[in-house]
Amino acid sequence: MCSRPPSTVTGNLKRVSEQIDRGAVERVAKLARLELSDAELDEATTRLAGMMAHFADIDALDLDDVEPMTQPYELVNVLRDDVPLETLDHDEVLAAAPDASGGRFGVPPILGLDL
Amino acid sequence: MSTFQSARSIAASVSTGESSAVDVVSQHLARIEEREEEVHAFNLVLRDEALQSAERIDERIAAGEQVGPLAGVPIALKDNLCTRGIPTTCSSNILDGWRPPYDATVVSRLADAGAVFVGKTNLDEFAMGSSTENSAFGPTRNPLDTSRVPGGSSGGSAAAVAAGFSAMSLGSDTGGSIRQPAALCGVVGVKPTYGAVSRLGLIAFASSLDQIGPFTHDVADAALLLECMAGHDPGDSTSIPQPFPSLSESLDRGVAGLRIGRIVDLPSGADADVVASVDRAFEVLADAGAEIIDVTIPAFTYGLTAYYLIAPAEASSNLARYDGVRFGSRVEAADTNSMYMATRGEGFGPEVKRRIMLGTYALSAGYYDAYYGKALKVRRLMAQDFATAYESVDALVTPASPSVAFPFGSKTSDPLAMYLCDTYTIPSNLIGHPAMSVPFGAGENDLPIGVQVLAPAMGEPTMFAVAAELERSAGGNHV
Repeated sequence: MCSRPPSTVTGNLKRVSEQIDRGAVERVAKLARLELSDAELDEATTRLAGMMAHFADIDALDLDDVEPMTQPYELVNVLRDDVPLETLDHDEVLAAAPDASGGRFGVPPILGLDL
Repeated sequence: MSTFQSARSIAASVSTGESSAVDVVSQHLARIEEREEEVHAFNLVLRDEALQSAERIDERIAAGEQVGPLAGVPIALKDNLCTRGIPTTCSSNILDGWRPPYDATVVSRLADAGAVFVGKTNLDEFAMGSSTENSAFGPTRNPLDTSRVPGGSSGGSAAAVAAGFSAMSLGSDTGGSIRQPAALCGVVGVKPTYGAVSRLGLIAFASSLDQIGPFTHDVADAALLLECMAGHDPGDSTSIPQPFPSLSESLDRGVAGLRIGRIVDLPSGADADVVASVDRAFEVLADAGAEIIDVTIPAFTYGLTAYYLIAPAEASSNLARYDGVRFGSRVEAADTNSMYMATRGEGFGPEVKRRIMLGTYALSAGYYDAYYGKALKVRRLMAQDFATAYESVDALVTPASPSVAFPFGSKTSDPLAMYLCDTYTIPSNLIGHPAMSVPFGAGENDLPIGVQVLAPAMGEPTMFAVAAELERSAGGNHV
């Protein structure tokens, strides 16, 4: 087992959480492609800072020598034989799209934009 | 304790022609008609489809065919499981009206076993919540006390079984979303070992944590349902490529000689009535011949933090696909990026937005190591601590939920208070182990309490032996 002296509280995460302001929240919303109202941005700013401060409890842990664990069973890539199988029905898939024509998904213009 | 007929009994009488599948399904549909307006377990009741399926089963039995171990058993499906041509919404406006072009593997397997699907059940939007209050289509009410929540996120599935709308149901469990509502509704709920049940066709929330599992009236029905749907599926790359162990022999095994662990450093916070039930469970197991051993799992306390960084991080990535292009709703805009933002801003509800924001923040440049990276390391500690405990015990017993069913609105204003509902269920998801909730005792207002049994990966046979013993001593049905 790993040593976890409670005396190693550094407070790093707590300090990070204090840096969460409205500008940071707006940047995160843009990254997440989420349009939020002014009220939602205010709520998110308060909530996100509160949650991150709460999560600072893991600052107490000495994790330097611990390997991260991304999934319960560390499987390697699972590949199947390279042979054609039955696929989803093209028309059935396109029928679920908000805009489809000519056998393709339809989208608004994507070129010449400032993302 | 449930008084409805078990699925085993239904399948046995339908298979022998003693009763017809149409009659069984009609009885369940009549109960839905009687109470669904009050309970709201379903997003969609498949009345005509269920009766047609039941008729086909009766015809096959009349023709002398073997239909399967779930012949004529009415089953409800959580509305995040894909059903071909049938709306699947995740209780979200962003998927309202979407009809999947394929069935989830579990849906095909249960249909092959003779099950009849009676409806798609309500959930917290995209399975994010512990009360089903986050559904875009309104909350589900606990059939045992309609002023209280059924738990969540699979609240509709738990309520459907508790109200007798279906004999069994399927839910999904990412941090406790089967076990906690099972506890609050007085039914059995199982989160199987990660990879034991195929997730092809389960709409992803957090892919390293999600598992599909059963809700049933009793432990033996849960074993039956799990055996029908578990096993390798080449369509799910996280599916374990080995046979799932048989559970039926475990049910009467008893617990003599088993070593059952009591976690002495379990986080506090469970109500006194819940703690008393768990204490009594240990007494009952000791009386039945188990050895009760004290163990420590220091990382347990940090599970909540690790989970609420890892799950939203994975969700923020998984939910990127809802962009108004391939399925679901779209808000029209002049360019693609504005269309994405408007569609997602309008289509997702408050809790989903909150978790996407949390996850995106935790994964963003500069904070990745501080939050997500640390959470993944805590996950490793959790796995190590459990592995150490399982060197000296065969199974562990804890509360499933810190409290009995709580009143509507009592936790909605404080997301952190709601997240604490998951304290005892989260570690099993982080490390992929099986865990189940079995009704054991009652608390405030005579509401049911669920005791949680945990076991190591693929340890379901032991887990079911312990759960069956608890059920016997609590006077569980086996109708």
